[in-house]
Amino acid sequence: MPPADVLPEGERLMTICNSCRYCEGFCAVFPAMERRVVFKEADLNYLANLCHNCGECFHACQYAPPHEFAVNVPKVLAEIRAQSYRKYSWPFLTGGAWWLAPAFAVPSLAFTPYAGIPKGVMVSVFGAAAFLVLLSWGIGLRRFLKEQTTNPPLRPRAFFDALKDVLTVSNLSSHGAGCTYPSERHSQARRWFHHLTFYGFALCFASTSTAAMYDNFLGRHPPYPYLSVPVVLGTLGGVGLIAGPLGLLALKMRRDRRLVDPRQDRMDFSFIALLLLSAITGLALMIFRATPAMSRLLAIHLAVISALFVTFACGKFVHGIYRSAALLRSALEQRSGNEREHGREG
Amino acid sequence: MAAPDISCDVLVAGGGNAALCAALSAREFGADVLVVEAAPSEFRGGNSRHTRNMRCLSDAYGEDEFMADLLRVTGGRTDERLARIAIRASSDAQVWMKRQGVRFQPAFAGTLHLGRTNAFFLGGGKALLNAYYEAARRCGIRVLYNAEVTGLKPCGATVQVGGNPVEIRAKAVVLAAGGFEANIEWLKEAWGDAAENFLIRGTPFNKGRVLKLVLDAGAQPVGDPKQCHAVAIDARAPKFDGGIVTRLDCLPLGIVVNREGVRFYDEGEDLWPKRYAIWGRLVAAQPGQIAWSIVDSKVVGKFMPSVFPPVKADSIRELACTLGLPVDAVQTTVKHFNECVRPGQFDHTALDDCRTEGLTPTKSHWAWAIDTPPFLSYPLRPGITFTYLGVKVDESANVVMCDGTTAPNIFAAGEMMAGNILGQGYLAGFGMTIGTVFGRIAGKQAALAAR
Ligand SMILES: Cc1cc2nc3c(=O)[nH]c(=O)nc-3n(C[C@H](O)[C@H](O)[C@H](O)COP(=O)(O)OP(=O)(O)OC[C@H]3O[C@@H](n4cnc5c(N)ncnc54)[C@H](O)[C@@H]3O)c2cc1C
Ligand code: SF4
Ligand code: SF4
Repeated sequence: MPPADVLPEGERLMTICNSCRYCEGFCAVFPAMERRVVFKEADLNYLANLCHNCGECFHACQYAPPHEFAVNVPKVLAEIRAQSYRKYSWPFLTGGAWWLAPAFAVPSLAFTPYAGIPKGVMVSVFGAAAFLVLLSWGIGLRRFLKEQTTNPPLRPRAFFDALKDVLTVSNLSSHGAGCTYPSERHSQARRWFHHLTFYGFALCFASTSTAAMYDNFLGRHPPYPYLSVPVVLGTLGGVGLIAGPLGLLALKMRRDRRLVDPRQDRMDFSFIALLLLSAITGLALMIFRATPAMSRLLAIHLAVISALFVTFACGKFVHGIYRSAALLRSALEQRSGNEREHGREG
Repeated sequence: MAAPDISCDVLVAGGGNAALCAALSAREFGADVLVVEAAPSEFRGGNSRHTRNMRCLSDAYGEDEFMADLLRVTGGRTDERLARIAIRASSDAQVWMKRQGVRFQPAFAGTLHLGRTNAFFLGGGKALLNAYYEAARRCGIRVLYNAEVTGLKPCGATVQVGGNPVEIRAKAVVLAAGGFEANIEWLKEAWGDAAENFLIRGTPFNKGRVLKLVLDAGAQPVGDPKQCHAVAIDARAPKFDGGIVTRLDCLPLGIVVNREGVRFYDEGEDLWPKRYAIWGRLVAAQPGQIAWSIVDSKVVGKFMPSVFPPVKADSIRELACTLGLPVDAVQTTVKHFNECVRPGQFDHTALDDCRTEGLTPTKSHWAWAIDTPPFLSYPLRPGITFTYLGVKVDESANVVMCDGTTAPNIFAAGEMMAGNILGQGYLAGFGMTIGTVFGRIAGKQAALAAR
């Protein structure tokens, strides 16, 4: 469906859902929808970013195709979500970031035979990249927030609610039964693989940070022993970051295509590929750090990490930013007691 | 696909709530079960797929109050023995349902006014049925889709599977194929040609074929053959399967006029649910079986958002024009209505003191002058929910014949026998309670009979 038609379709569906409301117990999307009566672009973008594409509301919908109302909330919200990424993302959104890994690897490898990558270069390149990523998130978030015309009052408890939703991905648990992903049968698999990926990533990040601290402030220089904090964190994280994305990939391949926005596949696969590559090259680096291959491995790993940085700002990683912002908004709305008033039976 | 095995212990006719409850229970009692559902798999589940909740006994809602509610809505047209069976088993049924994988919606504070008496299915009726079909798959129940029962025999049935007749031998049969609400020809017998203009809120597959077969075979009918439960729904709704979203809740907040531009009933008569149950019939009695609800912008936001947009205009004249109604008549109706409105404190959540004086028909509550543009209108038609005619059953869900004997090995559940308990009227959520409780009874008894 061309982008222009996606918003009217979203509005049509939300109008149907809002007079049905059978799905209100599934996730945060429906209660948020019920607090609204009109569905303009800002509302739809917000709702779309709340949606986790779990599929529950498709399988449960008495109006799903082939019914003439043809209600397919997960797919349409996915399309709107993709469009919102393009709208919010700064400086741009790309699905092709995985390409950058080999592209970066060439100059980086070119360096190594001579001197290895100078530490100063490394620190300033990644420092600048991190700054750009943060700036990009800031701009994107500001765009998301500015688009919303009203702002619910700030309640501290809501921040905890949202944090819990983000850290536990509670919207994928569907009250303990698990979500309908990849098929109609309930399963917790996607949530667990997401956890492996997310926490694997967090551990890798922690590992790199501790290593940097050891190196720069404590005067303890690499390589670190196998049982040191950076290596243990990195190993655990790396394993999670291999198992998680592999699991997500396997589920994705088996996903019911009726619920998928195919135009996002490239972005999704690109992100998964880069996460996997960064974990694999990271672990390889740790295993072979005492061998002559070390400097080449480091160069490749850094190239992969650079490409991954691009997806942080301009790729699939942004889903976490806008999803978190939407969850926070939803928690704030809920806490401010702006409740739905109607209900209908039979 | 391999040719279907055409013999089984228990044959279940239908694929809705009652049918699946019967099938799962029969399996629990050891029977080899075959379900034949007339609909294709995407539309399986009959009217049950449109439901949202069931009425259940609980600490907050006791048997006496439940029974009193039932007696009130049916005016006593109920078999109290069967009614009490359904009521008493309703809380236990929830435990069983959860075991099958059914999930209930956790109550949201202050949102669901039926929260005390009714349990809500998480995701609604289709989610409930998905859980049942999945449970059926797990325990090896066979299901045939596009399989319509066209003949009943003492030990089985003739079923059209994808258009080909198949003879199925069964030791016992559970009939759970719903009412005849989707059979316009049959509705015409009671309503005349007006039935052509009825919209059917649920599945097009409930044509009453099985009901007719069993009645023709000499089963004793129950429930009013000439009544159906009908509410006023948006006239733009599809002919079938429009479900819950086509309902309009704005009627009491304005006036309702017919094709002549004239009011015909007290829109403010009563609170839900009574007021809805009468409007289907009222609209059905109007010329062309159509009417229009007219409200003004003061009440926008005081009723559930509707799926179709209202027709909007800045004056009553323009509104009538757009609707194709006689302009002068509508203007006179509105003007006269406005003149008769007495001052009061408007409260759409209670029977308030806003009423008319000197108007026929009167509007006894929520009478607020229609004077603030833009004016909004929704077209209305009768939407049929279900029919009341069914077959008489005993406590074992065994079908009772006209001569008072029970038909060996033939059981009925759900809408097909709900008329025993709900002879008239409507009690929100009780249809699913009856279907669940008697579905389970029918399944168990059928399995025992098949041994
Ligand atoms: C819009 C709507 C909302 C409702 N909401 C509620 C609610 O919230 N709570 C409640 O309690 N009740 C509700 N009801 C009423 C409720 O739908 C019925 O009471 C209940 O579904 C009856 O269940 P059943 O299994 O007997 O029939 P159904 O669910 O209608 O199942 C009948 C089945 O039989 C099949 N069938 C028909 N003919 C044949 C044949 N010849 N051969 C084989 N199969 C056949 C059909 O395809 C269907 O699968 C609602 C009804 C509607 C229309
Ligand atoms: S997805 Fe379907 S069942 Fe769920 S709220 Fe929307 S219209 Fe209703
Ligand atoms: S797909 Fe899942 S998360 Fe998205 S709206 Fe539907 S139920 Fe909610």
